[in-house]
Formats: sequence, structure tokens, C-alpha cells
Amino acid sequence: MKPFNTVGIIGAGKVGTAIARRAVAAGYDTAIASSKPREEIELLTQIMVPGATPKNVEEAVDADLVVIAIPLPKYQQLDPSLFAGKIILDVMNYWAPTDGVIEEFEGKVSTRVIAEHFSGSTVVRALNHIGYHDIDEKAHTGRGAAVASDDENARQTVMQFISTLGFDPVDAGPLDNADKFANGTDIFNGEHTAIEIQELLNKV
Amino acid sequence: MEIGVYSFGDTQRDENGNLGHTGETIQNLFEAIKLSDELGLDYFGIGEHHTETMPMSSPGAIIAAAAAATKQITLGSGASIISTDDPVRVYQQFAIADAIAPGRVEITAGRGSSTETFPLFGYSLEHYDQLFADRLDLLLAINNSESERVTWSGSTRAPIENLAVVPRPVSGKLPIWLGTGGNPGSSARAGQLGLPVSYGIIGGQPARFAPLTQLYRQAGKQAGYAEEDLKVSVATWGFIAPTREEALEKMLPGWINLNIEMGQLRGWSQPDTRAYYAQAADGGAYFIGSPDEIAQRIVDLHGHLGHMRHFFQMDLGSTPHEWVLDSIRLLATEVKPRVEWLMNKK
Repeated sequence: MKPFNTVGIIGAGKVGTAIARRAVAAGYDTAIASSKPREEIELLTQIMVPGATPKNVEEAVDADLVVIAIPLPKYQQLDPSLFAGKIILDVMNYWAPTDGVIEEFEGKVSTRVIAEHFSGSTVVRALNHIGYHDIDEKAHTGRGAAVASDDENARQTVMQFISTLGFDPVDAGPLDNADKFANGTDIFNGEHTAIEIQELLNKV
Repeated sequence: MEIGVYSFGDTQRDENGNLGHTGETIQNLFEAIKLSDELGLDYFGIGEHHTETMPMSSPGAIIAAAAAATKQITLGSGASIISTDDPVRVYQQFAIADAIAPGRVEITAGRGSSTETFPLFGYSLEHYDQLFADRLDLLLAINNSESERVTWSGSTRAPIENLAVVPRPVSGKLPIWLGTGGNPGSSARAGQLGLPVSYGIIGGQPARFAPLTQLYRQAGKQAGYAEEDLKVSVATWGFIAPTREEALEKMLPGWINLNIEMGQLRGWSQPDTRAYYAQAADGGAYFIGSPDEIAQRIVDLHGHLGHMRHFFQMDLGSTPHEWVLDSIRLLATEVKPRVEWLMNKK
């Protein structure tokens, strides 16, 4: 059962288009936006995410759930006031070897920095530990997905959303628990069922 | 279908696991290029990498040497990290190699999957996108220039006002490819610029790149480029031995070494060999097997991507040099003719 109808994906790269394809397949009214104006991603959307609608960022945020899937170092380019009152699904990771060292992310759960930037929104952390190939290839194969948020309702809503995408959601509790499935953790590094993820969450 | 090899250099290890001399790595690579040329392979790509295990830091230097030491093979960079190099210098090096081996020298411009060049050459990763776009623009401006005199201005480098960039390639222009790992925006950009595109596919199912090639070709067509200008090449890991079992066995230790090294850099855990075998299965990203299997898989992938060139990285994680040469021999003498035969049969 879909918990809502509309999804806005911010980011038209490998990750954004993969999640958008799953959202379209699950029957959501799906919009996709990037740093480029809408016209410039029309062809990309038509071919990479058939069934989704290309939009500008300020239009794409008009959705029940907004997924942010841009390169993490660019997050400040998104105006938080556009996202006020929205549920945001943060799927981005901080990888110093590829992003360079960014002081504000050092020693922190990256999604906490995102939540501070989007302080008027409700941030949920999930899908960051599933690679973009696997978003396409491993949906509906019993693969588990950890979901964390400080907001109980938002967490449950995103868990339902993830379930409709074809992954088995696991309640990971509050946002700070996102460090249990950040890069470098066993959950991040391997492929796990929901039960295995639950065990790994309990262990850490 | 052109068949070839690419390498970043692969430093050997002694029986205790200690890394050998990085100069020897270059000598081995040079030998592999010469052998590939003698046996009739179509392409050898030299990637830019700056690590002790993969020390092929300057593609232009070895391509110039190889230009003089080979007769028929096409030599290209795979890729030149132009974001952190000076496009004028890159162009000059490759134009000089083209003078020695006319029409056999190409540049592939890429961002590179690793970022060591940023601290090494004093650039900030903050400007990752801007550097790449700006320097690609300069590289293309030089290539498209009607004469030696180039005029250009951009945002990451001093402008050039009617200055000579010499020599010009004796074959007119150099083929300049755009290297990408599958970002949709890069495919669209390659099409808009009318550049041939080279996909580096090191994970997932290569057939899933089909929509990217459609996006590339469609963007190119919309920008007014002819179909024959819109070429696709594919680079994957690969290893060939007389049997599938032997090929899998020979590439595995190198794969494990590479994953341990990457894992230390990026916080991965111990490599899970199940991932190796899964990727090496039919439809996966690793082309490891017998000549019959690899030829069939190249042709099958061609049905999805329509690529005109497929080339393999065989030397990774200190795979013994002799094994790599054996794999190159089989690629040239067994795989390539089978691919030709299968393509003609299509």
C-alpha cells in the first residue's frame, strides 16, 4: 500500500534516477529535478526515468516526500525554505576520499548536518547503504533497508514507501542511529535481509 | 568491433607481499603494449593513476614511447584527468605522439574515479565540476582550432589570446572521447558536444547502460551530429584463460588485493568473494572466462549498447605479469577472431 501519491526527487544522477525508476514502477506520481533548468533534463528524464516528470527544484518539492540525492558537498545550494514542512529522505553519504575533507562532516553522522540545514523539515535517513546498481537490480529480492528519523510518523511513512519500492524496511530508531548504517559499517558494506539488518543494528 | 586492453600499471609483489619497483611496472606495461600491437589488438588505453600500486601517472609519456615502438594499434589515454592538468600540455603531448604515429593517438578526457590528483597538483575538490567543464572546453577549443593560433578564456585558468599551441596533429584533429562511469548528465553532455563516449563499467550489469547510450545518441542527434560521429566504447575488467575455472582463479588474488587496498582507503570491510563470482557471472560486469565465453559476452553486450570498441583491464592487484601477457595473447588470438565471426553471423 502506498502511504501517499507524489514523490519529488532532487538529483538526476545515478542514484536519483535509480530511485526515481523504482518510484515510477511502484506507481508514484514522480517528479525529478536537478541543478539544471527543467528543459535541460527533459530528454534525460524521458529516457532514464520513463514515466517521471522533469521539473525545476522549486516545483519538484511540491510532493508528499522529497528525496535528496545530489552530491553531498552541494547540499548548501538547496534553499531550505523551499523544503519547509516537508518530509525529506536523505540518501547521501559523506566520503572524504571522493568528496575531499569537509570539516563540518568530520566526525559526525552526515544526515545530522543535513537535518540542521533543513531545520524546518523532517529528515529521514535511508537507502544510503544500498548502491545505485542494487536499487535497480536488487528490488523485490528480500533486501533489507534501515530507516532512521527522530519523527516517528515520518519514519513509519518512509518505511512504507521503501516497502513499496521493493526493499524490506527496518526501523532503526532516531536519526543519530544512522551511524549504525553509515559507510564503513557492516550494514553498509554487505547485502542483508531485514532480519540480518535488525541483528546488526542490535549489535552495534 | 575493436578489441583492446587498458591499464593503470600494476606493481608486482614479491612472495612476502612487498611491492616491487614502480619503474618496473612501467616496463611491464610497455611490454604489454608492444605485445598487443604485434598480435593485432586494436586499442591500448593508458589510464592516469597516482598510487604505488598503479603508478601510470603520465599517459602522454608512455603513449609517446609506444607510438614509436608500435605499428598498428590505436593508443589512447583512459582517461586523462584533465581537471587537474593543463589541457594545453595534455594536447601538446598527444599531438607530438600523433606526429610519431599519425592517426593512432586519442585522448579520453575524464574526471577520474579517484581524486589523488587534486592534492598532488594543488587543486581543491570543491571545484571538481567547474575544473572539469572548463578544461574540457579548452581542450576542445584547441582541437577545433583552424590553425595553431588559439584564443580561449574560461574560469579556472588564465585566458589564451591568439597564442600558438603546437604542434598540430598531423591527422588534423585528435579523437577526443569523454570518459564516464555512467552519470546520466555526462552521457547527455557527450551527445550535446558530439564527442564519442567511453563507459567505464566496473560493477552492476553492463546491459543496464543501454538507456545511457540511448540518451547519448539522442542528445547527439538533437544537437545535429551524425550517427557515425556518436561512438560508444566500453571498458570493463576482464581476464581470459583456456578455461573459465582457470581465469577465475587467476584474477581472484588481484581482485582481493585491490579490494583490500580500496577498503583501507574508503572504509570498506574485507572483500566478500561472493561479489567477485556474482560479477563474473553471465550478465555481470567482470569479463572473466574462456575465449568462447568472453567473445559471446562481448557480442551479447553489443546487442544492448551497440559499442564499437570493448577493452579490458586485466592487471590489477599485483596479478603476475606473465599471466597478464597470456591473457592478452588469448584476447588477440582467440577472442578477437571469435567476436568477428559472431558479429558477421548476426
